[in-house]
Amino acid sequence: MRLLFGSCFTLLIAAAIGLGATWFTLTRGVAFGALSIGAWTAWPRSGSVDIDPYARASIARSGELPIGMGDGIAFYAHTDDAGDELDGRCSFAIRGLTPPARYWTVTLYDPQGRLVANAIDRHDFTSEEIVRDIDGSFTITAAPQARPGNWLPTGGVERFVLVWRLYDTPIGVATRTTKEGPMPAIVRKGCS
Amino acid sequence: MIRGLLWILAAILLGGIVHLATVLAMPQTAKDDAFSRLAPLTPVNRVVPLPAPTAQNAIMPFMDPAFASAVCRYDLSAGSLKLIAPVSQAYTSVTFYTRKSIAYYAINDRAAGRHSIELDLMTPAQHAALPEDEDVTAADRLIIESPSATGLIVLRALAPEPGSMPMARLALAAATCGLQPPP
Repeated sequence: MRLLFGSCFTLLIAAAIGLGATWFTLTRGVAFGALSIGAWTAWPRSGSVDIDPYARASIARSGELPIGMGDGIAFYAHTDDAGDELDGRCSFAIRGLTPPARYWTVTLYDPQGRLVANAIDRHDFTSEEIVRDIDGSFTITAAPQARPGNWLPTGGVERFVLVWRLYDTPIGVATRTTKEGPMPAIVRKGCS
Repeated sequence: MIRGLLWILAAILLGGIVHLATVLAMPQTAKDDAFSRLAPLTPVNRVVPLPAPTAQNAIMPFMDPAFASAVCRYDLSAGSLKLIAPVSQAYTSVTFYTRKSIAYYAINDRAAGRHSIELDLMTPAQHAALPEDEDVTAADRLIIESPSATGLIVLRALAPEPGSMPMARLALAAATCGLQPPP
């Protein structure tokens, strides 16, 4: 009797632990070989045959196609530099330097990877269309209400994700230090 | 007491096994991966333009809206494939994915170094069966081996500003992929 109870209990706990851990790792996007610069994280190996089992499972589940290693690299930001989550009801300034790349794009998604609806139908900026200061630097403002300059509308969503994609870039698996690849800072400017 | 701890230890170990097994099985069992999403929209061995992602509708999550994209869903079981993609003005890339969405090869316009990206895609068996003495081994012929018989080739052309999107789409519209006639 005790054996039966014990084994049932064990199997139940095992299923809970196993499935719980799988769900947790796949929804949080856990993968090995992360390259983190400031608030930005990329998984260079996910665009190659060296992709780890966690990233494989997470891609199969979400239905996305990762950017290939010979194409470019994608950096994801879920928080600002202070570690606060990106809230679409707040405004954030994104400024600084970008690593060397022939082109880059920065795109605002909801956490499921969908574009966020907004009045001016803007979801991204490319390195060519961004308005720069005289010294070549730029500031992007992600905010729910219209802003002068490079306004990236958040649509007032609860959470958003920024994806910075560098195309034709030396940044990749071999990149070690943040000096090689400076990424723009994300600073919260206040909430409405 | 000790017996209870042993049961819990067994549960944790078994839980770890369940976790690893489910993670490894996920790509095999996923019903909604990129290939399954694209299969109903794309005829086999043909380049098909993909609609641009919008807030209401996107075929796949995390698509880059600055790019025009097209897909060739390939099946190499009847022969090898030839892909020709003209290069657009700004930036063009071609990425090869297996049936399970693994990017096994990617090339951009600069690496290709010509006005068009031309590639031969074949299975390792088809590659091995190529006659060695023919001029098919010429250095300018780029041969890619696909780890799986089916998969996706995704062509992407950048529109650096929204106004150049029609040009980018036009460049991709001229891309072709198709089975090679047997030699």
